[in-house]
Amino acid sequence: MNNRDFLLLMLAMGAVTYLPRMFPLVMLSRRTLPHWFAEWLELIPAAILSALIAPTLFADSAPRVFTLGKIELLAALPTLLCAVKTRSLAGTVVVGMLCYWGLGLVM
Amino acid sequence: MEEKIRQGLAAAWPICLGYFPIGLSLGVLAQKGGLAPWQMGAMSLLVFAGGSQFIAVAMLGAGASSLAIVSTVFMVNLRHLLMSSAMAVHFPGVSRRFLTLFAYGLTDESFAVNMTRFNQGGWNRYSALTLNHAANATWIISSVAGVYLGQLVPPGSAGVDYALTGMFICLLVFQLRSPIFTITALIAALCSVLAYLWLPGNAYVIVASCLAATIGLILKRTRRKQEVPA
Repeated sequence: MNNRDFLLLMLAMGAVTYLPRMFPLVMLSRRTLPHWFAEWLELIPAAILSALIAPTLFADSAPRVFTLGKIELLAALPTLLCAVKTRSLAGTVVVGMLCYWGLGLVM
Repeated sequence: MEEKIRQGLAAAWPICLGYFPIGLSLGVLAQKGGLAPWQMGAMSLLVFAGGSQFIAVAMLGAGASSLAIVSTVFMVNLRHLLMSSAMAVHFPGVSRRFLTLFAYGLTDESFAVNMTRFNQGGWNRYSALTLNHAANATWIISSVAGVYLGQLVPPGSAGVDYALTGMFICLLVFQLRSPIFTITALIAALCSVLAYLWLPGNAYVIVASCLAATIGLILKRTRRKQEVPA
């Protein structure tokens, strides 16, 4: 990606980040979001994170095929456990990296 | 006025302390994904959103299209609609110019602290604006510093390739506040793998997350109706 395309991408990312932050404050300060929409929005972050992770754990990339037993999946189990138990972002990332690295050496 | 700015800075330090290591790790990962320091700086300045910047770095590294990246970032940040609406009650009659500037610094963390402070009293919009910009400055500096730090970390060392996945797993766990979130996440994982296998490109993230959130919402509403018969 050249510099011009990169900057255009950043401007577009900036716009789609800024507008949801700005619009209700400036425009709709006396109205509230419909309740069903607010409930839908609440579920979106969990859905996106899960959708991002799942193919990394359960599929090969070239060609795209379903697979069980990738190192990524095996390392995800202790990582998940660590996240649930400690609720520490830094700790979880370190545990995940060490498990992935260790499994890579063994397998 | 000076007093309010000082208050803002005093309340900002836990956020800054929290942002610094996250910004550093973002920078390290961005460097591994091929970003230069100025590119990291431009991203942190123009976007200023932790979660979506990590996602953008991961998608850039995977060679995703700009359209896929922008639409994913848009979806991730839609939650700010909620926070922005909730903040609005604390700015009655405030000029649009101030609000357009203030909105730039609205993050999960600044929202949480500003809302608490406004509700406690003795907090005004200048304290809130100061807090936002202190957090923003920390974010830009730490993420650019991370790119330089990343140049010292050899690629592939000690599982650094897994850092993003590990972080997404942890952020996901933070999101699972009740069973409906867990159910939605499981549906999203299933839809995402299926869409990944069947659809070309990176549309799978958007398709799967919209579908899963919609199914989750329907399940939640159906269950509520059963629990409370009209």
